[in-house]
Amino acid sequence: MVELSVNFAGIKSPNPFWLASGPPTNSGEQVMRAFDLGWGGAVWKTIGDPIVNVSSRLGAVDAGDFRMAGLNNIELISDRPLAENLREIAEVKKRFPERAVVVSLMMESKEDWREIIRRTEDTGCDGLELNFGCPHGMCERGMGSAVGQEPKIIREITAWAREFAKTPIIVKLTPNITDIIEPGRAAVEGGAHALSLINTIKSLTGVDLDKFVPYPVVGGRSTSGGLCGPAVKPIALHMVGTLAKDAHIGVPISAIGGISTWRDAAEFMAIGATTVQICTAVMHYGYRIIEGLIDGLSNYLEDRRMKSVSELIGRAVPALVDWGELDLNYRVVADINPDTCIGCQLCVVACDDGAHQCIYVAGAEVKRGHVAPRATEAAERLAANPKYRVPWVDETDCVGCNLCALICPVPDCITMKPIETDKPFESWNERIRKGTAVVPGGLHD
Amino acid sequence: MGESSYSRLKQAQYHELKMTKSYSLPTERWEQRFSEAQPLYTDREALGEAHRCLYCVDAPCIKACPTAIDIPTFIRKIAEGNLHGAAKTVLSANIFGYSCGRVCPDKVLCAASCVLKDYPKPPIEIARLHRYATESFLREGRRVFSPAPPTGKKIALVGAGPASLACAHELKLLGHEPSIFEKHHFPGGLNTMSIAPYKMQADDALLEAEYICNIGIEIRMGVEVGRDIDVKSLLQNYDAVFIGAGMGGDTKLQVAGEDGPGVIGALAWIEQIKTTKRPALNGNIQRAFVVGGGNTALDAARELLQLGVPHVTMVYRRTAQVMPGFRHELDAARREGMQLLEQAVITEIVRDGPRLKGARIRVVDEEIFMPADLIIMAIGQSIGREALSKFSGVELNSAGEVQVDPATGQTSNRRIHAGGDATPGIKLVVRAVADGKRAAQAMHRDLLQSAKGGK
Ligand SMILES: Cc1cc2nc3c(=O)[nH]c(=O)nc-3n(C[C@H](O)[C@H](O)[C@H](O)COP(=O)(O)OP(=O)(O)OC[C@H]3O[C@@H](n4cnc5c(N)ncnc54)[C@H](O)[C@@H]3O)c2cc1C
Ligand SMILES: Cc1cc2nc3c(=O)[nH]c(=O)nc-3n(C[C@H](O)[C@H](O)[C@H](O)COP(=O)(O)O)c2cc1C
Repeated sequence: MVELSVNFAGIKSPNPFWLASGPPTNSGEQVMRAFDLGWGGAVWKTIGDPIVNVSSRLGAVDAGDFRMAGLNNIELISDRPLAENLREIAEVKKRFPERAVVVSLMMESKEDWREIIRRTEDTGCDGLELNFGCPHGMCERGMGSAVGQEPKIIREITAWAREFAKTPIIVKLTPNITDIIEPGRAAVEGGAHALSLINTIKSLTGVDLDKFVPYPVVGGRSTSGGLCGPAVKPIALHMVGTLAKDAHIGVPISAIGGISTWRDAAEFMAIGATTVQICTAVMHYGYRIIEGLIDGLSNYLEDRRMKSVSELIGRAVPALVDWGELDLNYRVVADINPDTCIGCQLCVVACDDGAHQCIYVAGAEVKRGHVAPRATEAAERLAANPKYRVPWVDETDCVGCNLCALICPVPDCITMKPIETDKPFESWNERIRKGTAVVPGGLHD
Repeated sequence: MGESSYSRLKQAQYHELKMTKSYSLPTERWEQRFSEAQPLYTDREALGEAHRCLYCVDAPCIKACPTAIDIPTFIRKIAEGNLHGAAKTVLSANIFGYSCGRVCPDKVLCAASCVLKDYPKPPIEIARLHRYATESFLREGRRVFSPAPPTGKKIALVGAGPASLACAHELKLLGHEPSIFEKHHFPGGLNTMSIAPYKMQADDALLEAEYICNIGIEIRMGVEVGRDIDVKSLLQNYDAVFIGAGMGGDTKLQVAGEDGPGVIGALAWIEQIKTTKRPALNGNIQRAFVVGGGNTALDAARELLQLGVPHVTMVYRRTAQVMPGFRHELDAARREGMQLLEQAVITEIVRDGPRLKGARIRVVDEEIFMPADLIIMAIGQSIGREALSKFSGVELNSAGEVQVDPATGQTSNRRIHAGGDATPGIKLVVRAVADGKRAAQAMHRDLLQSAKGGK
């Protein structure tokens, strides 16, 4: 058995899977059902002074048949009375003492922050998450991302919360900034015990081309909302990794954004997260996905002979470096497996039109002096079967860009094989240091 | 469907057809009792299937299609929500794209070459997507094509089947004036009269035929070339002639007792099911034989089963392995309950007075008697040698088919082209359409040449 439990800035959780603040954590009844199924923690739907919501509220982008690859919302914080939320939080904590119950908060004035923190902590919750992220509605009122985009204000409000709170403070960051380092450091300077990210990314998912109104349609109008779901994972991963790498951060990170499977979760943990939070995938498939998350992560850790999740956390951080630190002498070339290729030839056109013109159909002639180990076999197979359609790669011209492997519909049919070069490791930064960082053919030649 | 949109189209702008004998189908036809084997895709189904297509480069499915429809492109347009664009892509290659979407054996043509089968994954349901792409387009009567300015050249076409209609449509597009002579009282040939009703019913075939003719194709219904019109006069009065007369009628087995009630040719029987008012199964049919091993025999057997005949036996002289009918059709017929009697030859049809009792059948070496209430002969169509032989200078092959240059459809008389079932090759709608279009383009080149004085 592997150990899945984590201690996140002092908040204990039986596993690293938390529900993110949102519709799945809107009420005690919901959170208790999720806990019954095994979720390790929940960040309560953001509470503050109740608001009014509009209808409709969600929009989405599909990826072919895959629905809701990206989800966009214009929902505000909880629209339920504060007292009701607090009573339910207390009840959940009482019934599930060993789960992590974190409450997301959003307020305006210092006095209000003091008051809400006091009343929230009276519920017995394990920690507080300061919502500095919501990119719509609340920011127009000087809250949410309006706070998260101003490092000075982040620092200030975090410091207030530190002053008032007895439980750990998690600051939830907005991705709607140019460099995540600044707000991340500001929160830590303000005294945050931990960071969580990302909140949603400001977006519009589409436009109704009959009514000429963007989605989601609210009467004859719409407004930009926040994007989440699988589509935002690469952005979240980048931001989590960037903060995990930064020496000034040094606090645990709860990763959020596009996590649907145990594999997504493991990737975020490898890039530096201690816990993960999930919203869209639960909205799509329900709380029941927790079974696969726990099972998949446990099996993976077991297969890799890791005894606990702590061995996974941050494992990929050292490998994340600046471009200037990459090895310029490392080389891969594409290799098409003739046994699994189905002959769609998408790689041929992708390479021709979108890359470096080095994939050829069977029977084409090899350029003089070029290396193309599979060309001869392809020509022979074509001679035996005029319908033979497996292409081959000119390894001399291949720059190893990966495009063909990325578009190939057959898993593992196109692989990138490393080419032995006897040259030692050399990065651009090293060339700068050695004074050899010059490439001929430029403006000043 | 059918009735309403068909008649709506019929009364509308279709004056060309009104000039000729009008035609209509009776309302209470047997074929209306059949349900569709593959119903029209819903939008979601079509989108899901379209998204599976890989959009291959130099796609093998295009090469496998006799009409070379740009299949990946039309499917991508469906996936992009551009249904009209999809219909245009289909119809510009194959004006019978709608029928082909319903009757084409894609499992042995385009879909058989789909690269997904090597994945392995099920190949794309190309025919069903085809139908989806074109059906609403057709029902709305949307137009894609307009004829080129008139050239003044007149072409006579024999028969109003898929070959002639495709040829006439292409000729019209190129600016010529096609006139079709059809011995029946409705267009479409076997595509209207013979297609298994669970694939497509006659009123849908007519809807499409009308759609095609609406570009301005004149059909003279009820005129049999060789009988009502002299072939020579066609050659005199027209600049060129196209033969799209298909094959002839049912062939007889030539055994004792064949003539009389209860024994009928497959084509005649299917035509009754499809185009006449509830005939055919008068009386209580318990046991039926279908004699033959081709696709027509398999169609007839499945039609009997779907009409509720409890015992249907296919009597075939050779084994299933060498049967000319498609394997997937045989499997379907067997799933529906058809018995197959292999290496079986009917030696005598047994009657009690005029009443059919059954048949004596030699199975391998043994002769048995089997009772039957209905025997359908599906042993092939005779060739219209008689009619065709009246075309001066048109040579036939030993099978009685019109000899043509496969690249152009030109016969031994250079003013006469031919295509479809009347010529050698696989007997399918899609092939007839490809032939008709190719012949039209060849005739166009010839006519331009002669116009330049090359005659
Ligand atoms: C039972 C059956 C089921 C079939 N099912 C399918 C199927 O599922 N899918 C598929 O692709 N194909 C199918 N086919 C084959 C398909 O119908 C034919 O290949 C196609 O219709 C051939 O087109 P055509 O224009 O060459 O000939 P036809 O469709 O035979 O048309 C010829 C036309 O010419 C007319 N004609 C003939 N002689 C004269 C004359 N002297 N003067 C005036 N008019 C004349 C006829 O009345 C007819 O209308 C089926 C055929 C049969 C018999
Ligand atoms: C409808 C909806 C409402 C949300 N409400 C809140 C909220 O009240 N407070 C908050 O901090 N985040 C809120 N979020 C953001 C999520 O907590 C999360 O940061 C984001 O959805 C990214 O994670 P995901 O890709 O797993 O959905 C909301 C998201 C959605 C879709």
